[in-house]
Amino acid sequence: MKTFEVQNVKDTRSGFGEGLHELGKSNPRTVALCADLIGSLKMDAFKKDFPERFFQVGIAEANMMGIAAGLTIGGWIPFTGTFANFSTGRVYDQIRQSIAYSGKNVKICASHAGITLGEDGATHQILEDIGMMKMLPGMTVINPCDFNQTKAATLAIADLNGPVYLRFGRPAVPNFTDANAKFEIGKALILSEGTDVSIFATGHLVWKAIEAGHILAEKGISADVINIHTIKPLDVDAILNSVRKTRCVVTAEEHQMNGGLGDSVAQVLAMHYPAPIEYVAVNDSFGESGTPDELMVKYGLDKSNIVDAALKAISRKA
Amino acid sequence: MIDTKPLHQTSTQVRRDVLRMVHGCKSGHPGGSLGCADFLTALYFHIMEHKPDFKMDGVGEDIFFLSNGHISPVFYSVLARSGYFPVSELKSFRRLNTRLQGHPTTHEHLPGVRVASGSLGQGVSVAIGAALAKKLNGDDKIVYALMGDGEIEEGQNWEAFMYAAHNKVDNLIVTIDYNGQQIDGSTQSVMGIGEDIEAKMIAFGWKVFRMNGHSFPEIIDVMERAKRQTGHGQPIFIIMKTEMGYPIDFMMGSHKWHGVAPNDAELEKALAQLPSNLGDY
Repeated sequence: MKTFEVQNVKDTRSGFGEGLHELGKSNPRTVALCADLIGSLKMDAFKKDFPERFFQVGIAEANMMGIAAGLTIGGWIPFTGTFANFSTGRVYDQIRQSIAYSGKNVKICASHAGITLGEDGATHQILEDIGMMKMLPGMTVINPCDFNQTKAATLAIADLNGPVYLRFGRPAVPNFTDANAKFEIGKALILSEGTDVSIFATGHLVWKAIEAGHILAEKGISADVINIHTIKPLDVDAILNSVRKTRCVVTAEEHQMNGGLGDSVAQVLAMHYPAPIEYVAVNDSFGESGTPDELMVKYGLDKSNIVDAALKAISRKA
Repeated sequence: MIDTKPLHQTSTQVRRDVLRMVHGCKSGHPGGSLGCADFLTALYFHIMEHKPDFKMDGVGEDIFFLSNGHISPVFYSVLARSGYFPVSELKSFRRLNTRLQGHPTTHEHLPGVRVASGSLGQGVSVAIGAALAKKLNGDDKIVYALMGDGEIEEGQNWEAFMYAAHNKVDNLIVTIDYNGQQIDGSTQSVMGIGEDIEAKMIAFGWKVFRMNGHSFPEIIDVMERAKRQTGHGQPIFIIMKTEMGYPIDFMMGSHKWHGVAPNDAELEKALAQLPSNLGDY
């Protein structure tokens, strides 16, 4: 199992903030909108340096999505910023009609996704957003794993002409990917090669998958650990190449089991290469208040859960 | 004083198109379409400065958004009669593989349409975004939008109204089709938006005009005054009184013809009240 050096511990939302600020300088068509969460979304630097291209819309997310759609008519590239809950479920129809169906080049940037939002509790901990967004025709769905990758993804989506959902989080997590790596939308990243089990992880669960890979290695099990940062379009080839080798799968995500990465992978397996699959995800439940670490343990999203799932998947192999 | 006879001829033809389109596919929304025929005719044939070759970005021209997308028949007819696409295409309305979907969409690349609408309450926000884009582009042209009066019950509108006034989006003219009818009855009975809509909009910080949506001289006068009012720090709202189904005698006076197609006899009776001037599709 390959070892990764942790450069520092940082929140992914700050990667978005840095990426957005850099885009402000490098791409003069970039505009940003925020619904009263500038500090939380780390959009302060963009607002300070590019005030004419920044729009505070207040606590009115539906209007923000509509305004973003309108700004594209005239050639601007809007990045909307609010919590993942208010970026998706609250405004689903606005995204569906005014952005996705209308083919508008809006980048929906969503922080505080998943259960690691922590103490605010289930009202704010959306675990259904990947499912909602991936179902929209033409929507690209990206869930990067650390600060560096979130920054790189932010830069990359500006160059894609079409609607994008970019999902990131609140807590500080290990920052281990190459700061200079170019982000390739739709291209899964093989972190460590193995032959016994494929672990497909996304977002904060990628680091947990690496940790699980080391524990499995101590048990003499070699895991293929793959970072699926783009859930749609899914890198079907990378998934199949891995599963043909390992013949069993674990998916890991900070999301409901229903509708998340796991379901997308299961669909690929069912259609192309049936194999045992175990989900590490939230099982049809809302979250609750607690620290991010406590919640990850209670809701079965820790490294030990990935290890257990891997052992189970291996035991189910034909 | 301009000669409004050509506009009247055009809107009569547009109304014939509306009735024939809805009759042809046995579905659609004739009531509000007939009610807004004069306004949209005036807008596209007299008021807006728009280019005949459609570009999505609409830079350097006035652009229009239809928020109450269900009145697509009148929108499509006016777009076709303005030269955006062949008039003959109107016959494909709501039929399989058409660019003229039941509600307007950009998905089929119909020239003249810049956003999908139909799920109500979204058009004003999109128009605000387009107006902000014009300001960023240094483009001094105007963004127009039309919404229904029942549609104002959607909360997103009020988010948009607050935003536009607070941010002085003063290159935006929103007209509300104040026909007093919605699917389940009169707006007064469903959700009394009331005679105080003007007071509400003034309280929200908009500059408000009123006009009769069936008088070309009045539409032109008020719209010209509204245009002169742009650039003065306030978004503009026009309360346009119309009659659903106008001027077909048996279609006016209630919400009954909001979303019902006329049968053969009803179509004949209605067309008899609209002598053709420009030639049917």
